[in-house]
Amino acid sequence: MADIKSIDKEIVLKLYETMLKIRHFEETESRIYRAGEQEGFVHLYIGQEAIAVGVCANLNKDDFITSTHRGHGHVIAKGADLGKMMAELYLRQDGYCLGRSGSLHIADLSIGVLGANGIVGDGNPIAIGAGYSIKLRKTKQVCVSFFGDGASNQGTFHESANMAGAWSLPVIFVLEKNLIGCGVESKEVFQSDALSELGARRGAAYGMPGFDIDGNDVMDVYLTAKEAVKRAREGKGPTLISCATYRKHGHWEGDTDIRDEAEKNEWFKKDPIDKIEKQMLDAKVITEDEIKAYHDRIQKMVDDAVEFAKKSPHPKPEDSLLYVYK
Amino acid sequence: MFREAIYEAMVEEMKKDSNLFLIGEDVGKYGGEFRVSGNMIELFGVDRVRNAPISEQGQVGLGLGASVTGCKAIVETCFCDFLPVCADQIVNQAAKFYYMFGGQASVPMVIRSAIGGFIGGSEQHSQCLESWFTNVPGLKVCIPSTPYDAKGLLKSAINDPNPVIFLEHKYLYPVKGPVPEEEYTIPIGAADIKREGKDVTLIATMYMVWKALEVAEKLAKEDISVEVIDPRSLVPLDKETILNSVKKTGRAVIVNEAPVQGSTSGEFAAIIADEGFEYLETPIKRVGAKWAPIPNPSALENYVLPSNADIEAAIRQVI
Repeated sequence: MADIKSIDKEIVLKLYETMLKIRHFEETESRIYRAGEQEGFVHLYIGQEAIAVGVCANLNKDDFITSTHRGHGHVIAKGADLGKMMAELYLRQDGYCLGRSGSLHIADLSIGVLGANGIVGDGNPIAIGAGYSIKLRKTKQVCVSFFGDGASNQGTFHESANMAGAWSLPVIFVLEKNLIGCGVESKEVFQSDALSELGARRGAAYGMPGFDIDGNDVMDVYLTAKEAVKRAREGKGPTLISCATYRKHGHWEGDTDIRDEAEKNEWFKKDPIDKIEKQMLDAKVITEDEIKAYHDRIQKMVDDAVEFAKKSPHPKPEDSLLYVYK
Repeated sequence: MFREAIYEAMVEEMKKDSNLFLIGEDVGKYGGEFRVSGNMIELFGVDRVRNAPISEQGQVGLGLGASVTGCKAIVETCFCDFLPVCADQIVNQAAKFYYMFGGQASVPMVIRSAIGGFIGGSEQHSQCLESWFTNVPGLKVCIPSTPYDAKGLLKSAINDPNPVIFLEHKYLYPVKGPVPEEEYTIPIGAADIKREGKDVTLIATMYMVWKALEVAEKLAKEDISVEVIDPRSLVPLDKETILNSVKKTGRAVIVNEAPVQGSTSGEFAAIIADEGFEYLETPIKRVGAKWAPIPNPSALENYVLPSNADIEAAIRQVI
């Protein structure tokens, strides 16, 4: 576990604030969705906040990320506007995708978010494309690919990791090992040592450093990602970081959760926000009152985003024919 | 030569745009599966003529990612029979990126692939799968039949901000034809009247264009005047040229190398039957491969794939 004193207090507080943004956004979204206020499906990031936040805190606006169906956390961590996100979830015109695509396809090309993706594993080849482009244009940008342990079994992961390693692409592969893919638990479909050392083994297989870290410790994630981003910017190639974590809700909101109750309870005790709050309190980086103030302020930000979204008009049906071709 | 025309289009465009690159299997020192890329690696270096591992999904995704982050990719998939391997990145990603994300960025990528039979390639290297990609909004599909069409269309494809599937019939690679010295392009979505006629409209694609022209020449000696239309692009499709021709001749025969059922011939026939019904004097006839995978020995391959005799027989049915 990283020592909180090894990181600047301002950075720790920023990490905390961004995690709260995600948590409050997602819990608010959960309430809205369960009340039947939105069409479509959502896949919530609750419980995995430390990964998106710890990684993206090392990125600049012009760095790229590819995201997944469980993408709200990544997109918020990269700096997306909560109002435009919520408007997209409400399928309104002021949403990121003009209200036509919803949760599954939120993208913001102006801050390098190359889209949340509905085909599991498809972000990896797109990420190495961004990496290839960076090398060809000779800039110092990097690209992060977020994906799950489920996606790491898709051929696209292996193809992408192999090419990234072969050509030393500035890509950081961030594997969110939450031990389940919809209705398939990872223990059913991985050899057990391969699963417990997913980062080290699969990274080594493609010639890149691979790490297995506590994905619920935002400082561990931050520091590991910092090294990986530095390596990529210096032209030293890709890294694979496997972050052990757990999603608190179902695959999609309202889903049946097949996981063992005892396993869930163990993991819920390791909530990444509870963890960082305790670490900050112990190190006297923050007080209880300040924590409450953070929560209140951020909930207000989310409430404002909801209000913005609800005021936004629905897209017109005929607008569905726009942007098929440029 | 057909392959040289494609090479020239790529070389000329890559000279103009230093962020345009080619990626695919065998495109480097080997010079390309069908010797299309030739010496391009010497001209542009390894970063821009990139030999890829056998990872078609990865290659197309790489092309896509690069094409939305300041570069532009030409992805060469050796055989169109391999397009099913990367169809996901083509259909679910490239075709939909611009639309899904509300117009934020388009995908100016070209996917080039060698298509078709008549070379003894066997079942997995001889197919015409173009119809798979004609039903996906967001894609464009080009099917040149001559060196002139290939160069002009490929230049348009490279400069098109949308993803284009560019299909090159492998039997046509050594075929010669006039190509201007000066710069030119052919718009995607413009058909070409390859031979004017007045008795029957014969719509043909890719290598079938050449067979159609042979049959037309033969029938001219019997005073049967065949107009040969080459669509040159399947998406967007030039309906106007097709319908104007049927208006003139009153008869339509369509020849496509793929098996008739489910091939693009059905689309042409439906358009004519719907929008050109009043012009028709006879039913529309479609010529295509028989309903079987494409076997290896030429006697069997020629039996399965459409022949000049098949085309002639169809024309005789309508006149």
